[in-house]
Amino acid sequence: MADNPKDLRYTKEHEWARRSGATVVVGITAHAQEALGDVVYVDLPKVGAAVTAGASFGTVESTKAVSELYAPVSGKVVKVNQTLADQPQLINQDPYGKGWICEVELSQPSELDALMDAGAYTQLVAAAG
Amino acid sequence: MARRTPLYDAHRALGARMVDFAGWEMPVQYTSVIAEHETVRHAAGMFDVSHMGEVEFRGAGALASANQLITNDLGRIADGQAVYAGLLNESGGFVDDVVAYRFSPEHIFICVNASNRAKDFAWMQGHAGAVKPVDRGDDWAQLAVQGPRASAIVQRLTPLALETIKTYHFALGTVAGVACIVSRTGYTGEDGFELYCPPDRAVALWNALLEAGAKDGLRPAGLGARDSLRTEMKYALYGNDIDDSHSPLEAGLGWIVKWDKGDFVGRAALERQKQAGLGRKLVGFEMREPGIPRHGYPLLSGGRWVGEVTSGTMGPSVKKAIGIGYVPTELAREGTTVEVDIRGRPAKAEVVKTPFWRKP
Repeated sequence: MADNPKDLRYTKEHEWARRSGATVVVGITAHAQEALGDVVYVDLPKVGAAVTAGASFGTVESTKAVSELYAPVSGKVVKVNQTLADQPQLINQDPYGKGWICEVELSQPSELDALMDAGAYTQLVAAAG
Repeated sequence: MARRTPLYDAHRALGARMVDFAGWEMPVQYTSVIAEHETVRHAAGMFDVSHMGEVEFRGAGALASANQLITNDLGRIADGQAVYAGLLNESGGFVDDVVAYRFSPEHIFICVNASNRAKDFAWMQGHAGAVKPVDRGDDWAQLAVQGPRASAIVQRLTPLALETIKTYHFALGTVAGVACIVSRTGYTGEDGFELYCPPDRAVALWNALLEAGAKDGLRPAGLGARDSLRTEMKYALYGNDIDDSHSPLEAGLGWIVKWDKGDFVGRAALERQKQAGLGRKLVGFEMREPGIPRHGYPLLSGGRWVGEVTSGTMGPSVKKAIGIGYVPTELAREGTTVEVDIRGRPAKAEVVKTPFWRKP
């Protein structure tokens, strides 16, 4: 099992959020991509779209399954990873790096505090076995 | 409680992810569906298909008894040959799609889908002629070795001259010392063999093949790759693309119906269908807008519901999102544009010639 980076916050739906100032970069975790299998398509949100913490903002599809993406925080999408349109496998290869999905300008920064840290998330995954 | 094949422990030891399939705990992937798919296209992959069922007809009149249950014709093939066929109900719908093997006119062996084992056997019992079927599903395990290197790999382990076994032919012989039915058939679009063996020798055969094939790149492959490989060939999957309410004519499988063979169950219904003209046809389509078609998604034309996607995937070899589905006959022509309702968002698709995948 890959290490979950210490500087990220995590949701129980297996997304991660990396804060940099007023925005957070969002992606799915190593555990999520492992469970999905080969990612073959990502339905990305549009730049400018409003997202709400806990609500679906897109989908990620593997060879066999469609999985919703849930926003870890509320805000406005300011950037999306267009590279995923041609190389969705980056989510498998580098879920915490080149496989990032979008960047969201936070409307309620305090929402980040409600998310898990790496230790809690690693425990959640281990408990789910 | 899901059933397990004799290779269950071997799959676990290889790191397989297991899923329930038709009441069986089967490997869906060992490493990656795409990698396993590509291995089958370019080297060779090995599938455990021991969950498939087998039914035998034996004795004087076996051929006639089995032949009037299926759409294809065991009377026109030689001993040592097999046919793909429909086992139909009285309405012309598929009870199952099967492969029927002719050992001799007194010995017919039929391989059926795992999901339909009990249904098929009951149906065959009720509709067979004088010779009754015997359920042999628990007496056979089955491994499928598929891919351009498959023949060379199996040849290393058998005294049979495999070049004499043509496609849809079979022979009895040993592979790695295990007595097998060696059948040049498959479900991937690649050359290869399906090896039926006694369940208690399945592990020995599996391990011997993995070892003998290692230098050719032989790898185990799961149900995920099996599905994407067959979808690229537009091979029907029972329960997805064909079922009790769809006929071989509608499914584009007219070639497995032999009209000159005499009567068989479902024939009258097919004749009526043919005379009246088909209302719908199973077509292959490629997405022209982003998205992946999936089983059950509606197919639309001008915003109106016209049918449903029966299978769909991102084809690893064709590198396109592809789908299969029933559409009204007037929309079945190649080049026709339809839309796939992808969770509420219509995306354009074009009816194309199939199979989707052809060897370059």
